[in-house]
Amino acid sequence: MSNAENFEDVVKSRRDEKVAEFDLIEKNVFHRLHSLLHRTPALVPLIVLVVACVVFGLINANFWRISTLSLIFQQIGIVGILGIAQSLVVLTAGIDLSVGAMAVLTSVIMGQFTFRYGLPAEVAIAIGLAAGTMMGAINGVLVARMRIPPFIVTLGTWQVFLATNYIYSANETIRSQDIEANAPALQFWGTAFNFAGARVTLAVVLLIVLVAIMAYVLRHTAWGRHVYAVGDDPEAAELAGVPRKRVLIQAYALAGFFCGIAGWVMIGRFGSVSPSASTGILGNIQAITAVVIGGISLLGGRGTIVGMFLGALIVGVFEMGLRMAGADAQWTYLLIGVLIIAAVAIDQWIRKVSS
Amino acid sequence: MEPLLKARNLVKRYGRVTALDQCDFDLMPGEILAVIGDNGAGKSTLIKALSGAVIPDAGTMWLDGAPIEFSSPNDARAKGIETVYQTLAMSPALSIADNMFMGRELRRPGFMGNWLRKLDHKAMEDFARKKLSDLGLMTIQNINQPVETLSGGQRQGVAVARAAAFGSRVIILDEPTAALGVKESRRVLELILDVRSRGIPIILISHNMPHVFEVADRIHIHRLGRRLCVVDPKDYTMSDAVAFMTGAKEPPADVLAA
Amino acid sequence: MTRKLALTSAVFTGAAACMIAFAAPAAAADVSACLITKTDTNPFFVKMREGAEAKAKELGIGLKSYAGKVDGDNETQVAAIETCIADGAKGILLTASSTSAIVPSVQKAREAGLLVIALDTPLEPIESADMTFATDNFLAGELIGKWAAASLGDKAADAKIAMLDLDVSQPSVDVLRDQGFLQGFGIDLGDPNKWGDETDPRIVGNDVTQGNEEGGRKAMENLLARDPEINVVYTINEPAAAGAYEALKAIGREKDVLIVSVDGGCPGVANVADGVIGATSQQYPLLMASKGIEAIAAWAKDGVKPQASEGKSFFDTGVALVTDKPVDGVESISVEDGRKLCWG
Repeated sequence: MSNAENFEDVVKSRRDEKVAEFDLIEKNVFHRLHSLLHRTPALVPLIVLVVACVVFGLINANFWRISTLSLIFQQIGIVGILGIAQSLVVLTAGIDLSVGAMAVLTSVIMGQFTFRYGLPAEVAIAIGLAAGTMMGAINGVLVARMRIPPFIVTLGTWQVFLATNYIYSANETIRSQDIEANAPALQFWGTAFNFAGARVTLAVVLLIVLVAIMAYVLRHTAWGRHVYAVGDDPEAAELAGVPRKRVLIQAYALAGFFCGIAGWVMIGRFGSVSPSASTGILGNIQAITAVVIGGISLLGGRGTIVGMFLGALIVGVFEMGLRMAGADAQWTYLLIGVLIIAAVAIDQWIRKVSS
Repeated sequence: MEPLLKARNLVKRYGRVTALDQCDFDLMPGEILAVIGDNGAGKSTLIKALSGAVIPDAGTMWLDGAPIEFSSPNDARAKGIETVYQTLAMSPALSIADNMFMGRELRRPGFMGNWLRKLDHKAMEDFARKKLSDLGLMTIQNINQPVETLSGGQRQGVAVARAAAFGSRVIILDEPTAALGVKESRRVLELILDVRSRGIPIILISHNMPHVFEVADRIHIHRLGRRLCVVDPKDYTMSDAVAFMTGAKEPPADVLAA
Repeated sequence: MTRKLALTSAVFTGAAACMIAFAAPAAAADVSACLITKTDTNPFFVKMREGAEAKAKELGIGLKSYAGKVDGDNETQVAAIETCIADGAKGILLTASSTSAIVPSVQKAREAGLLVIALDTPLEPIESADMTFATDNFLAGELIGKWAAASLGDKAADAKIAMLDLDVSQPSVDVLRDQGFLQGFGIDLGDPNKWGDETDPRIVGNDVTQGNEEGGRKAMENLLARDPEINVVYTINEPAAAGAYEALKAIGREKDVLIVSVDGGCPGVANVADGVIGATSQQYPLLMASKGIEAIAAWAKDGVKPQASEGKSFFDTGVALVTDKPVDGVESISVEDGRKLCWG
């Protein structure tokens, strides 16, 4: 065997001899870069993030103030948590269009259960989180058991959850001042503290902790590996003994739970409970953007939560940086659009395995 | 000698089509049994019944003389019957170690494993490395490299190593050389002989007659949903086997199945 | 035979029942009207619908309500107008999402003999509709601008102003309120048909909010990042104001910044009472809708079109400044009175 292998090596190196030396080196560098990215796809967003920070810092020195950076983290708090939910689903080769709607509906449930039915805020929060988990589980059951494509399922439930939100809440906003006086627990994640001279909210800490927990779960538990396997090749996973349907339902349900947390965080950030928050309509696209820029493959099975986190940060940094540079807001969208396409192009390139 | 794995009168119908028609099967301890048959003869249904992927409508199976019933591949696996599917059933983006332990991961002992469900990556990697080098597959340098970066033969090797590592009783190989080049096929055939030398019997499904005649101890010829005959490759030629299999020639009475 | 007879009579009875069921509402309201709002999620439009429904019931008019999916959704509104024409409605009450793109469809409706009344948002040009029943949004802005300037007194000369607008597409209501505020505050306008082209250094910047808390908070944060010393905040509506307040609170500046807004929704008025918002200009959507239904009833009966308010190109449904800190020279009503008149 080893002789035969060697034989092949000889053939290979002979073929290479004909190639100019410069070409060879270039190919080598390229190949190395390829295999490096193949192993750690989160490197791409990391590089983009660092470059963006340096450039924006050069344009406007205020960008590097700790308060600006803390603000960026606060602004991506909700998208980041929705991004965790989205990552879980996308890793299983699915997509969840209902994340924003679930978040808004759970925030409304938490608010209304406190103010309409007079439950203690803590109980209402628990009910809200349970409702989020249940909504996610509904998505999961429809995808796994009814075999409806995830795009269709969540396109439907997105509308259903959003309409339920408007009908149930009667579009009534619960005011920040009322919440502060009667149910401060709802605003818990908006609590701010001083860190290195800047005010940081607990929501920022929560986001970082959740990213760390989910990075651990996906990397270091059997369930996490099963999520990747199901997204990579569902048939293979099933034949290898992974309970595919159960993993799918759990992934969607957990995504719903994270949306519930996002709903709670929303109350902390906006102060009020607002059924007409833009997140209900735009949350899904924002989360998918973070996921894609973060190097998670929409075809499933590839990418990391940390990458998604970097992706969300990139969006936040671009928005803030361009605004501080005085650019029209539309430039942000234009550049983010370019980033999305570039990210997917790189993903395709990484997938091409040189044989 | 009693067969290790035995089946009698297996029946499986798909609507009007009878895929298995009172089919019998015997696998002796320590042998390589090749299963050959024309396309549509029902050999893959037979294999699926033996590996738990298909539940037969009628018939009985015994493992070590004890009757067995499978409702999923996991049941068969729990009894020590491992299958290497033609598609290999591996996740391309995951590492060799991840793939070897997919669905039966090892957890850390103590608090980390019991409460934080932390996987024991090191133990799994060591085990995978050991199994691969046992089978002479250590041309693979990095146990953490994704399976998709391996060549076809290496992937087959990993899949066989996975089956050999966990298959304590029977290993079923479905067309292991179909997608491979000459050199890699050789390597896999050596691997099959290597596994047998450890005392584990192998069921080999293949269309490749030279490969079958090279490694098989006995050949189960499947025709029209049942076992036509079992022959010894030393007594018959490849063209005889093909003739039996296609019905061009009647096998002699002494090898005909009852 | 008897069986067949029984069957036939059953079919007839059923058919008759159906006909009665269909005929009944038509008989009760042979005049029908349509209400087409930007969305059905904004409390402003919810209240508008309530006002229209109540009036329609009172006058025995059949009312059908339509709404766009999101603000700016022109297609759904076009489809709704087509449906109303086909349905034989006598008139349409419309809050247009896209004030100029909707005009050809409005034209078709008018040609088909329907009375089209623009509610709240004037079309472009304003005479595209038979009449506009609206708040004078420029006046609404002007009131809060004057109030803010008067409240600051001498400090108005070096105020730092954040402008929290609605949307980059600059719908007319967005422009009118913004420009009204600036005029009232005493800032020279650039082109009065758009916001954001003023050169006065007191303006720190404009940002858009989509008119909700989420957008309000983010826009405020962005402008604070540009200049943390902002002390006057104009907001397009009260949810945006509530969001801006949260952003100010996060950096501990909520007490020394003056926030003004427009709308007069009940949560907004409550926020004036709590000192979140200094003053807000209250408008009356319920009145717009009920007046609109009355106009359609009159049109159906005698073919009379409504008239514009004196000196204006539209029918002004009124606006009032709500604050508990009245200033000289600007008329206002108390929070107490504002509460009685609020919507949502």
